[in-house]
Amino acid sequence: MNLPFAVTLGPGSSRADHTGAWRTERAVYVQRTAPCGNACPAGEDVRSWLYDAESGGAGYEAAWRRIMETNPFPAVCGRVCYHPCETACNRGHLDEAVGINSVERFLGDEALAQGWRVEATAAPTGRRVLVVGSGPAGLSAAYHLARRGHAVTVRESAPVAGGMMRYGIPRYRLPREVLDAEIRRLLALGIQLEVDTPVTDLDAVMEAEGWDAAFLAVGAQLGHRTYLPAASAARILDAVSLLHGLEEGERPLLGRRVAVYGGGNTAVDAARTARRLGASDAVVVYRRTRERMPAHAEEVADAEAEGVVFHWLSTIERVEPEGLVIERMELDEDGFPRLTGRTERLAADSVVLALGQDTDLSFLGEASALRVSDGTIDTDRAFATTRPGVFAGGDVVAGERSVTIAIGHGRRAAESIDDWLAGRPPAPEADVDLAPYEALNTWYFQDADRAHRERLELARRSSTFDEVVHGLDRETALYEARRCLSCGSCFSCDNCYAMCPDDAVIKLGPPGEYVIDLDYCKGCGLCVQECPAGAIVMVPEET
Amino acid sequence: MTTTPLRLYQVGTFAAGNRLLDPSERTVQSSADRASSITSGHRACRGCGEALAARVVMDAAMRATGGRLVTVNATGCLEVFSTPFPESAWQVPWLHSLFGNAAAVASGVAAAMRATGRDDVRVLAQAGDGGTVDIGLGCLSGMFERNDDVLFVCYDNQGYMNTGVQRSGATPAGASTANTRPVGSGIGNAFGTGKNLPRIAMAHEIPYVATATIADLHDLEAKVTSAMSRRGARYLHVLVPCPLGWGSDASDTVRVARLATQSGLFPVFEAEHGTVTQVTPIRRRVPVEEYLRLQTRFRHLFTEPGRPDVVAALQAQADRDIARYGLDPEEES
Amino acid sequence: MRRQLEGSLAVADTVARCRPRVVAAYPISPQTHIVEALSELVASGGLAPCEYLTVESEFGALSACIGASAAGARTYTATASQGLLFMAEALPNASGLGLPMVMTVANRALGAPINIWNDHSDALSQRDAGWLMLFASSNQEAVDLHVQAFALSERTSLPVMVCMDGFVLTHAVEEVDVPEQEQVDAFLPDFHPRQSLDPDHPVTIGAMVGPEAFTEVKYLMAHRQLRALDEVSAVAQEFESAFGRTSGGLLQPYRTDGAELVVVALGSVLGSLADVVDELRDEGLAVGALGICCYRPWPFDEVRDALRGVTDVVVVNRAVAVGSGSILGQDVRLSAPRGTAVHDVVLGLGGRPVTRDVLRRLVLDVVTGRVGSDSLTFFDLDHDRAAAELARELADTVPANGGGS
Repeated sequence: MNLPFAVTLGPGSSRADHTGAWRTERAVYVQRTAPCGNACPAGEDVRSWLYDAESGGAGYEAAWRRIMETNPFPAVCGRVCYHPCETACNRGHLDEAVGINSVERFLGDEALAQGWRVEATAAPTGRRVLVVGSGPAGLSAAYHLARRGHAVTVRESAPVAGGMMRYGIPRYRLPREVLDAEIRRLLALGIQLEVDTPVTDLDAVMEAEGWDAAFLAVGAQLGHRTYLPAASAARILDAVSLLHGLEEGERPLLGRRVAVYGGGNTAVDAARTARRLGASDAVVVYRRTRERMPAHAEEVADAEAEGVVFHWLSTIERVEPEGLVIERMELDEDGFPRLTGRTERLAADSVVLALGQDTDLSFLGEASALRVSDGTIDTDRAFATTRPGVFAGGDVVAGERSVTIAIGHGRRAAESIDDWLAGRPPAPEADVDLAPYEALNTWYFQDADRAHRERLELARRSSTFDEVVHGLDRETALYEARRCLSCGSCFSCDNCYAMCPDDAVIKLGPPGEYVIDLDYCKGCGLCVQECPAGAIVMVPEET
Repeated sequence: MTTTPLRLYQVGTFAAGNRLLDPSERTVQSSADRASSITSGHRACRGCGEALAARVVMDAAMRATGGRLVTVNATGCLEVFSTPFPESAWQVPWLHSLFGNAAAVASGVAAAMRATGRDDVRVLAQAGDGGTVDIGLGCLSGMFERNDDVLFVCYDNQGYMNTGVQRSGATPAGASTANTRPVGSGIGNAFGTGKNLPRIAMAHEIPYVATATIADLHDLEAKVTSAMSRRGARYLHVLVPCPLGWGSDASDTVRVARLATQSGLFPVFEAEHGTVTQVTPIRRRVPVEEYLRLQTRFRHLFTEPGRPDVVAALQAQADRDIARYGLDPEEES
Repeated sequence: MRRQLEGSLAVADTVARCRPRVVAAYPISPQTHIVEALSELVASGGLAPCEYLTVESEFGALSACIGASAAGARTYTATASQGLLFMAEALPNASGLGLPMVMTVANRALGAPINIWNDHSDALSQRDAGWLMLFASSNQEAVDLHVQAFALSERTSLPVMVCMDGFVLTHAVEEVDVPEQEQVDAFLPDFHPRQSLDPDHPVTIGAMVGPEAFTEVKYLMAHRQLRALDEVSAVAQEFESAFGRTSGGLLQPYRTDGAELVVVALGSVLGSLADVVDELRDEGLAVGALGICCYRPWPFDEVRDALRGVTDVVVVNRAVAVGSGSILGQDVRLSAPRGTAVHDVVLGLGGRPVTRDVLRRLVLDVVTGRVGSDSLTFFDLDHDRAAAELARELADTVPANGGGS
């Protein structure tokens, strides 16, 4: 067409006008750290594996493989982890945290059911590493070292591998076939396991056997003892020994009325175990309040449901043949418990002490170059001890203790050992740019109440060690995964592309890939505001 | 265990796209092959709601008609920022005649298409609120009354923004504009004025009337698609916040539109032949204040000593519409 | 075929044979019979395929025509008087966008005072709207001009106004030769617009143009208008060879050869004027008449040539430009050769008959020096009434100093 001058124009000719020149700020896609992954002691990239799982089907295996990059025990952790990820989860501000733990368990169980395996990621290096202890820290380190191509031997003093996962956590929380299966899969990487083989003199072993490096993960197997005035007839046990003995087939005589002294998870485990062993009364005596109890709230609730009674703000003054004398406590202005002088009696046939665990460091010997303090091995940020080539982690080092923390130690120590063997300096710690709840636009997420796991009926919980918490079915696991808000990470919702008034967002082929067309972006920030995930930020233009 | 299958798609159909949903359930806007009927390089203000709405509407109409679409545009912001010589942002056939005649021009186009055997080419007319409720109302009413085969889309930014933010028949009460300044004891634009064009359109008993906003692209596109599936006169009224005229942040354009709906001040509904057939329920109801406070045109209602009476009157307006259209599911039950 | 027919119906029939695809009109006297007849033709299917839009106003009518033309349809409307003014905003829009269409204006006075009768105030008030403006001197010419107008409009991509005197022509029943369908079809090719709304070729029609190019756009429009003069002549010639009769063209001189006095006029008055010229020639006066058929674009050179050697030019203005004089007279003055006396006369306003007698008196008054050439003359004025009312008005006038003693 011979178009009239000026009055009639060709289509899309405005693209000659680069309105990006108006801009004072530009939109930039970012990948921020999600609170869940940031809080995970094992270092799992939770958001990413939830993203994989959200697709269902083949996404489950992808999700599981992503977990396995950091944590070789998804099925275990899906049961016993106290999920700080959920505590940190931004969705908690909206309705209720995503049931990350239950999805992890689903994936872990799915992997076992499907027989998914992982392979080493590196060729054999010819380097030999000794791991002392087959608990979560030791096995985690062994796994990551083996995947990096190192020859790993794990020495365990007990007859079976697993450490506290086996000897500390009751079966009703962690069925042994699950634990066994995950350990078996891990060992299949070519890890040498030597059970019933305590290391009694580290120096001697290192010297005699020529290890290139060692990781010490002997745990904290000794129940902490405290002085209690007690009549000679009083039956006093410690929780660690109780649970350990049970695993070795012992049937401890606790009597009908059992008092447990302590406020940690082990105390609750001991009380719940007592119920299952036939105790009609299982009472936990704890000196502080429920809110200040270190035991996980979910465990406490389960225990209460099973008939365990809690005596808060109580301390055992002395143990008598017929029971305990308990002194009541109260909180002072600063919230610290203090004695009141008021006492009461509590009938009990036995008392189980659950006051913490100590480490047996005798194997280090006299001449060790390892520095220890307060009964734990000193390490640096890289889990290196003061002796070159020797690293330590798990309960044997100072700090909070849990299966997941130990797994995290094992992985980070393995990385350090790998660095040390290669003569690399440790990687610097990256700055964390956490995605805050305020950065999200939660309008866009579907309303979705959390799906909670079903529990075993109570009748069976007082008489058997059957697993209490059920797993999620496929549908529900998918549902729960999809409750993820993908904090700080694009998940291809297309809002930025769809809502740019200037048609200045280019959608590239693969999902999740967008580019701001700076020739036209006027810097209005609409895409930032409407990004559900908070994965776009405004950055001032340099002038 | 629960036996009801749980269906959740993370952002469902709230976001424009969703990798978990079938492409057919995503918006046209999320598609890489959308028409981008109005493309980059136009000169709309930063964060312009009208520029966004125009693309969403036109692209949806393009999809619905298989690209057999022409559009007529009234004078106004949209026309000015999209076609300053020598550049046009339009990638669809586009005609601008005058301010008040878009509906009649579109009627003529539709008649021409029919008479020349090109019924497959559909006609969409677009105008701002001034070109719709004020200067264009005569022609628009004629188009409605004749039931001409035109979809008329009003991008309502509640004032004459192109000429410097003067009031129109669609400006809400209490708003400060260049010719309704809240001087003295004034409250800004007076109560009891203004036109509710969707209801006026419904009074013509045309086949289809709908309201929508840019805060819900699925809804907006669905209405365009529904409109394009019908013949005869159709009217779509789209609320498009104007950062310039409303004094809202450029990044808040969609948010402000969302709050307009969630406060009840802008009811979202569909009507066929004069009867309301569908409403979009409020999802998270908010007091009108939450909406008003984001806009400097209402600032005088909140700066000392403030006008709680005016805010209350606006809240009453919202409450009335919520009841009238049944917008609050909780209130209904 | 020659038939006794009302002017409006003859025009409607002719328009129908031009096969418009869209007709949009709003009723206003004295245009109504044209559009009524067309609506009936459309309704009866006699005009299919054609859409008839009963719009809500003249503004809507012309707007619909703009849309229809931009969409590539042959388009027609008709109006008069206030209706034309109600279209005023859209008139330069249609021409500015370069959209072909034909509009009949059944010329009528403008109010206030409201008056439905004939003069040329309506059309002449829109002389700068960018339309081609043709004036019919008879119903036969009105018929013929409509056929020519479609051709002209589509060749030039400009809208064309065909003016015919309200009532005097529209409602007059005369013998008219309405062209046969085959003749029109042969004369008028299918409409192929220069630009149109087409999904296969998306263009932006009606862009905003700023100071950087607006003048150039207007220059090109002015140039296109002037070029249209050639098209007007060419189309008229082609019409003559096709239909065997003379109609339209730029000018219609009548016995101007050797004339010392020429009366210039638009529209139906030309018929009576020719009779008067004949009479006066018989009486020995060297008079002639010059009909302006193409008023816009103004045939500047042709008018000058036609008036060469004429001593006195009398311009019959059937409209008044209050405050400045005449409208047609101004155009004629621009074209009158140096030394020609131009007698600018207003008459026949609001339906006052311009009879042969009035015209004869006018010429004789000019010849006898009773009509000057230096100011506007209201002819056929009731001087007594006008003087009385003027005196009354002046008496009422408040003195400039506020009436202080």
